[in-house]
Amino acid sequence: MTTPTDPTSADPGNFDAYFQSREDTLRWYREMLRIRRFEELAARSYTRGKISGFLHLYIGQEAIAVATKEVLQPADRVVSAYRTHGFALALGSDPRACMAELYGKATGLVAGVGGSMHFFDRAHQLWGGYAIVGNHSPVAAGHAFASKYLKDGGVTLCFLGDGALAIGPTHEGWTLAGLWKLPIVYVVENNRYSMGTPLSRSVPVDDITLKAPGYGMISDRFRVTSVAETAERLGAIVKRAREESKPALVELITYRFRGHSMSDPGKYRGKEEVEEWRRWDPLERTYRALHEHHGLSEDELEALDAEVVDEMEAAVEFAEESPVPEPEARFRNITIES
Amino acid sequence: MPEIQIRHAIRDAMREEMERDDRVFLVGEEVGYYNGAYKCSEGLLDLFGERRVIDAPIAETGFAGVGIGAAMCGLRPIVEFMTFNFSAVAFDQILNNAAKIHHMTNGQFSVPIVFRGPNAAAHMLGSTHSQAFEPFYAHVPGLIVIAVATAYDAKGLLKSAIRDPNPVVFLESELMYSVKGEVPEEEYLIPIGVADTKRAGDDVTVITWGQGVPVALKAAELAAAEGIECDVIDLRTLRPLDTEAVLESVRRTNRAVVLFHGWPYGGVGGEIIARIQEMAFDHLDAPVLRVCYEDVPMPYAENLEHLVLPTPERGLEAIREVAYRR
Repeated sequence: MTTPTDPTSADPGNFDAYFQSREDTLRWYREMLRIRRFEELAARSYTRGKISGFLHLYIGQEAIAVATKEVLQPADRVVSAYRTHGFALALGSDPRACMAELYGKATGLVAGVGGSMHFFDRAHQLWGGYAIVGNHSPVAAGHAFASKYLKDGGVTLCFLGDGALAIGPTHEGWTLAGLWKLPIVYVVENNRYSMGTPLSRSVPVDDITLKAPGYGMISDRFRVTSVAETAERLGAIVKRAREESKPALVELITYRFRGHSMSDPGKYRGKEEVEEWRRWDPLERTYRALHEHHGLSEDELEALDAEVVDEMEAAVEFAEESPVPEPEARFRNITIES
Repeated sequence: MPEIQIRHAIRDAMREEMERDDRVFLVGEEVGYYNGAYKCSEGLLDLFGERRVIDAPIAETGFAGVGIGAAMCGLRPIVEFMTFNFSAVAFDQILNNAAKIHHMTNGQFSVPIVFRGPNAAAHMLGSTHSQAFEPFYAHVPGLIVIAVATAYDAKGLLKSAIRDPNPVVFLESELMYSVKGEVPEEEYLIPIGVADTKRAGDDVTVITWGQGVPVALKAAELAAAEGIECDVIDLRTLRPLDTEAVLESVRRTNRAVVLFHGWPYGGVGGEIIARIQEMAFDHLDAPVLRVCYEDVPMPYAENLEHLVLPTPERGLEAIREVAYRR
C-alpha cells in the first residue's frame, strides 16, 4: 500500500538522519513509550470497569505529541480535540493526575469534572481538551488573536482530526486566522478515519493542504514516521508563524492502531492495512533504531520499558486510591463571584 | 441630568471601559467602519483604531469563538451580534465553550466576555429575525443574562458586564435604541442581579424585563386609570434572578402578571411563576398569568404580528383578571 506521502526511504528499517542522535532517540523513545503504556493501562482499567464514559486512545500517534513538545516555547499554547492524553503526558502533565481524571477522582487533572475528553493543564501549556468536533478551531484562533494583541510572541498550535474538516467552526476559525494573519498553526492529525469512515468518504480531496491557499495559509504535509522529522518540519512552520505572524496548515499523516474509542473494534479496516502501518509505527521504528543502530540490548530496552510501566502502574494505583470528589464539588467553578 | 438615547448609553459604556482598560476590545459585523448596524459603536473606530474595534466577516461562530479564546488569555472582549437571532449559529460556542470552560477546567481558565446586541421582535421582520433568546441562554448554568430597557440601566449594567469575570449575554432592543433617558454625567455602575421597581403600587405585581418594560408600564398606566395600582418590577438580570425582589412584591400584592417578549413554552416567565408558587404559594390570591408572544412563529404581516405581540391592552386584561376586576 502506498500513500502520496510515503517517506523517501521506502524501508522502515532505514535509520536515516532522524535517528542519528543516540541521546535524543532514547529520550523520544521513552516519551512515546510513556504515552503508550499509560493508555494501555487506561484501556485495561476501562475493560475492568474502573473507567467509564468515552476513552479515545492515541496509540500510534504518540510521535506527534512528543514532537510538539520539542518545538514549543514558553508563550506557546497547545489546543487539541478529545484525543488528548498524549499531549498532556508529552507536555509534562503528571500521569497520576491524568489517570485520576479518567477515574473521575478529586486528584484528577481537572478534579474529576472533565474526564478523558476534557484535559486542560495550563501550567504545561495544554489549553484543552475540546470534545465538540471543530469547536476549538475559533477558540484557538482567539488565543492567537490575544498573542498578537498583547504581543506576547506566542504561537498557538491547534490540533484536529481529519474528522473535523467538514464541520463549520473549523472553516470559520481558519477564515479568521487567515484574514487577521494570526500566529497559529492548525495541525490536522490525519489518521485516515473519522470514527469508522475512511477519508475517501468524508473529505472531497485526498490532500488536505489543498485547502490552505484559500485561507491564506502556508502549509506542509508529510507522513509521521519519527519524532525528529516531525519536530523539524513542524518547527519550521511554527517558526514562520511566530516570526511573520503567518497562519499555517500542516497535515500529518498518521495512524491509530486502536479503534476510535473503547467501544470500537475497528472492523472497518483490514488486518493487512493495520500491519502495513505497524511497520511504520514511530515507536516501533525508534525501538529498532535503538536496538539495531545504536546497539542497545533487548535487556536494556526491556529494563527501560519496565521503568515506564512502573511509573504508569503507580499512576493507576494513585488513581484507584484517590478520593472521589466531595459532594460540594459539583457547585464549584460555575460562575465567579464578582 | 442629560437625556441620551439607549444606543449612546451603550456606546458611552463601551467607550469608558475601553478608555479604562486596554484589554477591552469590540468585535462584530459592521462595528467599525460602518459604525454599527444600529450605530451603537459610532465613533469608536476613530477613537481606538483597528486593533480594538474589529470588523468581522459574517462568521458568528468564528468571532464568538475568537472572543472566547481571547478572553481565556486575559482579554475582555465585547462581541456584538447584529441581532441575537444570529447568535443561534454561534450557540455551541456560547453553550459549550463560554459557559463551561471555567467549570470544566476546574477554574484554571475564566471567560470574561460580553455578547451583546438587539433581541426580540422589532417590526415586521418575520419569524427568523423576531426571536427572544433569553430562555435559551438563561437555561445555561455558567452564563449571566441581562436585559435592559432604559438608557440609565443600559450604561450602568453594560459597564458592570464588561468588568464581570463571567460570560455575559447582554440583551438590547432594536425598537428601543432611540428611546431617550436620563444618564448622569459622572461614572456609575449598576450591580448585576438586582431588579429595579419601575413603578410602585400595591394591587398587582407586574414582572417584566427588556422590551417588555415599556409595554408593562403602559399597561400599568391603563390599570391605574381603573383604580388598580401596579408594582412594575424590571428584573434587569435574568440569571442570576433577583427572586427576593419578586417575592417581596408578590407577598404584598398577592397577585402577579409576568409580561415579556418571548414564547410562553419553557420560558423565563414560567421559571418566575414556578418560583412564586414554590416560595409564596400561601400569599397568592389568583393564578399568576403570562402575557407574552402567542405560541406561534412570528408572522410578517402587520396585523398578524400585532396579534402575536404582548400589548398594553393584553397586559391590562391580565391585570384585571388577577385582580378579579373583569
